[in-house]
Amino acid sequence: MSGERRAVVEARGLRLQFGERLLWDDLGFDLREGEFLAVLGPNGTGKTSLVRILLGLLTPSAGSVLVSGREPRLARARVGCVPQQHAFDPDTPLRGCDLVRLGLDGHRWGLGLRSRGADERVRRALVDVGAAGYRDVPVGRLSGGEQQRLRIAQALVSDPALLLADEPLLSLDLASQRTVVDLLDRRRREAGTPVVFVTHDVNPILRVADRVLYLGPGRWAMGAPADVLTTESLSRLYDTPVDVLQVRGRIVVVGTPDDEGVHHHDHAHAGSH
Amino acid sequence: MFTELLGQHFVHTALLAGAVVAVVSGAIGTFVVTRGASFAVHAVSELGFTGAAGALVLGVDPVAGMIAGSLLVGGVLGLLSLRGRERDSAIGAVLAFGLGVGVLFLSLYQGYATEATNLLFGSIVGVSDRQLAVLAVVAVIVVAGIAAAYRPLLFSSIDPEVAEARGVPVRALSVLTFLLLALTTAEAIQVVGVLLVLTLVITPAAAAQRLTANPATAILLSIVIALVATEGGILLSLQQPWPTSFFISAISFAAYLGARMRPWSL
Ligand SMILES: Nc1ncnc2c1ncn2[C@@H]1O[C@H](COP(=O)(O)OP(=O)(O)OP(=O)(O)O)[C@@H](O)[C@H]1O
Ligand SMILES: [Mg+2]
Repeated sequence: MSGERRAVVEARGLRLQFGERLLWDDLGFDLREGEFLAVLGPNGTGKTSLVRILLGLLTPSAGSVLVSGREPRLARARVGCVPQQHAFDPDTPLRGCDLVRLGLDGHRWGLGLRSRGADERVRRALVDVGAAGYRDVPVGRLSGGEQQRLRIAQALVSDPALLLADEPLLSLDLASQRTVVDLLDRRRREAGTPVVFVTHDVNPILRVADRVLYLGPGRWAMGAPADVLTTESLSRLYDTPVDVLQVRGRIVVVGTPDDEGVHHHDHAHAGSH
Repeated sequence: MFTELLGQHFVHTALLAGAVVAVVSGAIGTFVVTRGASFAVHAVSELGFTGAAGALVLGVDPVAGMIAGSLLVGGVLGLLSLRGRERDSAIGAVLAFGLGVGVLFLSLYQGYATEATNLLFGSIVGVSDRQLAVLAVVAVIVVAGIAAAYRPLLFSSIDPEVAEARGVPVRALSVLTFLLLALTTAEAIQVVGVLLVLTLVITPAAAAQRLTANPATAILLSIVIALVATEGGILLSLQQPWPTSFFISAISFAAYLGARMRPWSL
């Protein structure tokens, strides 16, 4: 791994503020080819907002960001997106191949009549993620994990320069989580496409993440997982003593401010499930 | 008797008008159903009724009033691009008020009551040549709109999150969908009436989506079902003294039931 790899994302002095509420300030980083960046943090700390900034759908309150050397809005066509899994209606008139095809030319005007080249790219994208069998299956009849395979094919079919995934593991079982992570990991190793991966639970991506961006209330920390996911670093981030525990090779964070009360959502921070 | 009727000019006009309306209704229906916006169709058509009733009071062409009313609500609904329960309740509120205003207009209207009944229940056999020409022009606009924006329309109605990330103007397309829907509704009202617009815009598309997951096939099937329903309905009503709208809705519903129970897939 040389330090010469090209920076695909260059973020400088980013600030996110809604009205009086400051979510983070002076956030800067380079994301280089082949890198896997995990974005962690409790609900409402601006993880999705960061993804939207990288897509040019949201303008940061301050600072600048370049994707492939261009403004995010202009680089959109070169970015692949894997969204959260959400159940398609069983009657959705879309087959596996149609979903992937939308990732290739769904943003273009016109009917998009059959094209040999496009069909071939869709076929290859399906094969690459092991979803060739879902080609003609209605997406609404596939399981969550099968849908996420298609989502990855959809994101990869346009041969993107950057991959953004916002909570793509939500409501997937462990085996499917592993599949999704492995597919993205393989892509960044083989094609050098950097990955920004937003997740509540750090454990599924611990094996593959090069760096972690931990967004906390009004602060952020960034670095190698072993440096950021420590009792000291997260206590500083939350401004209150928290403990980072290793339990059977999994990381659990306890004592965060949103960890109190009986009815809290237990995935509000890294690795509590 | 029946064959005699088939030679009549007004029957030809009715069959042509029915075909035109079926094509646009069946086509736009697919996008409306995938957006889960069936209820919006009802709102758009009732506000079309209000517009038509207002036009009657003012003594202008009710079709123009209908198109204006539908376009206004369609535009607003598209702009709001609400989702889920919020959209349902917003539509319900707008619909109820619009209908109330329509009732007021009708009470102010001094003309023939049949005009109002025709709006509510349709009057396909009364379509004039001029009306048919307007129907055809509006239909060409709707079909051209759908064809020009087919891929992003499909993308944004089925998969809005990723579509937005890919740079698809989801909001503008939501407005476009509802404007095209408004035009379609104003067309369908003239055939089946305000109260039965759903039978051409929603039922065929819903049935088609049970039969195939191929989006292009779904649109074509939806058009075919709408065509069979309108033309079949018109022909049956020539033989029976029952209203055309009843036959149309019955055929359309039969197709839907059949699609729900089908043991095979396309
Ligand atoms: N356009 C906006 N205007 C005002 N506030 C906003 C806007 N967009 C987001 N917010 C607020 O900013 C905060 C961060 O939102 P964001 O969706 O980025 O959080 P997140 O980290 O992705 O949360 P989660 O883990 O729940 O997905 C939230 O409190 C949200 O209410
Ligand atoms: Mg989020």
